[in-house]
Amino acid sequence: MSSENAGFDPARIRALIARGKLKDALFSALGILCLGIGLLVIFALVADMAVKGAERFNLGFFLNFASRRATQAGILSAWVGSLLVMLVTAMTAVPLGVAAGLYLEEYARRNWITEVIEINITNLAAVPSIVYGLLALGIFVYAFGFGQSILSAGLTLALLILPIVIVATREAIRAIPAMIREGSMAVGATRWQTCRYHIVPYAMPGILTGVIIGLARAIGETAPIITIGALTFIAFLPPVPFSELADGTRAGLFDWVMSPFTVMPIQIFNWTSRPDPAFEVNAAAAGFVLMVMVLTMNAIAIWLRYRLRKNIKW
Amino acid sequence: MQTASAPALKAEARNFNFFYGDVQALKNINMPIHDKKVTALIGPSGCGKSTYLRSFNRMHDLYPGNRYEGEIRFYPDNTNLLAPGVDPIEVRMRVGMVFQKPNPFPKSVFENVAYGLRVRGEKNRRALDDKVEAALKGAAIWDEVKDRLQDLATNLSGGQQQRLCIARALATDPELLLFDEPTSALDPIATGAIEELVHELKQRVTILIVTHNMQQAARVSDYTAYMYLGEMIEFGKTDDIFIKPQDKRTEDYITGRMG
Repeated sequence: MSSENAGFDPARIRALIARGKLKDALFSALGILCLGIGLLVIFALVADMAVKGAERFNLGFFLNFASRRATQAGILSAWVGSLLVMLVTAMTAVPLGVAAGLYLEEYARRNWITEVIEINITNLAAVPSIVYGLLALGIFVYAFGFGQSILSAGLTLALLILPIVIVATREAIRAIPAMIREGSMAVGATRWQTCRYHIVPYAMPGILTGVIIGLARAIGETAPIITIGALTFIAFLPPVPFSELADGTRAGLFDWVMSPFTVMPIQIFNWTSRPDPAFEVNAAAAGFVLMVMVLTMNAIAIWLRYRLRKNIKW
Repeated sequence: MQTASAPALKAEARNFNFFYGDVQALKNINMPIHDKKVTALIGPSGCGKSTYLRSFNRMHDLYPGNRYEGEIRFYPDNTNLLAPGVDPIEVRMRVGMVFQKPNPFPKSVFENVAYGLRVRGEKNRRALDDKVEAALKGAAIWDEVKDRLQDLATNLSGGQQQRLCIARALATDPELLLFDEPTSALDPIATGAIEELVHELKQRVTILIVTHNMQQAARVSDYTAYMYLGEMIEFGKTDDIFIKPQDKRTEDYITGRMG
């Protein structure tokens, strides 16, 4: 070995570099291939749905209720239902998740109890969504008597994404350097003042990103919603607050949360299981719309993160 | 240590010990802090000078497993800052701190300085304006930031950020101001500005400063304490410590034979 390495041999070194560079090239080609497969599959799926559903893309599709005739069937109750369920989910999961994450990071003492809680939060994120559906059926639908309502569905999905929000909150809080916390406490602030003026605002970009990623997951969930009994054929919208109802009375501010509902994935599932192939077009079109909804939410998350982080640096 | 001509005391450590869990980091420290003077803590890395400094505003209470023993008496009211009945938040309202690395909040210049006042419940806009201006002037940074009070503090230069942090601490009129190696992240010019400021500030506030720079200690302080391995080796007037140290270990350190 030592005799080979003695002295400078340009030819040998160049051959060595060439071999190394060949491996570089091989790996980058392999990487591009792998990346390409993933992207191509998604692109093909989205494009396929767009093409198949193309003939349904008109205003009527968004403004019509479900119908027995495929050409007249629309997704009005489904997209309204999805948005309202997401609203309940966000209003529940965000305060609960942020408060829980804040408590664990800023208040809780480090001992075996918090260790167990931490491990279980991670485990909760891995619980199959159908299990949440079963839990919700027993608790929200029957025990609490919320029935097969937007409220039940929203709370169920809130449970589902709660671990995501908690983990995102904790990670965002952990990214705040200790010197910021110490700087706040050093002028005589309490823990709560430190959280309110510093920790929560500075963690907000990360929290919002986590919330939207969670909501993007929740909006596509089908199993737990079916379990709690969402209807597949809904030809009405939940009552608008203060609007006049059929019996002449006025709806309350929160009457809509108790309304029966359907959501996008259930509408799609319903259409694909119909024998009439014309409904496959509806399913493809609705699938495309759902995909656009999810991608829009992700885009908002990225934009928000960029906007809010611009002014936060240490 | 106490002589007849000694000036008034602001604080005094008595038989002070500190523990990180089971590890004793500070051993039986006895030391006076003279009122309206600058006291420097010097010593090699890991000697406990920062640990000691952070005991004066009970910063160690933020982390579990830390324990104090003994007393740090605070005058004129003769309160033991470490007594179980004394709220660390109350201590921090009287004892300000400036950190090693400038740590302005990612908020406006104004909000950074006003923060301590807001924490104390000050809502009057006029009072906030006046006190923020006074604090910024006190920290010799008013002229540089008076036209950009609403700009992000994190866009200031490192030296400006550190003077802003001093203004933040000054805004609430602390009785004792702790400096934890305040210039170690700064260039020589910014360092000079901070040293000059420390010199001016002692007219109105007692200062305790940790520094790893002996020239700095000699330049800014009236009293110096040399610490080594968690012990207070020697304390005295700065001139005495640097010109005729009593302890061999102090002499070795300041002459560069050790540390």
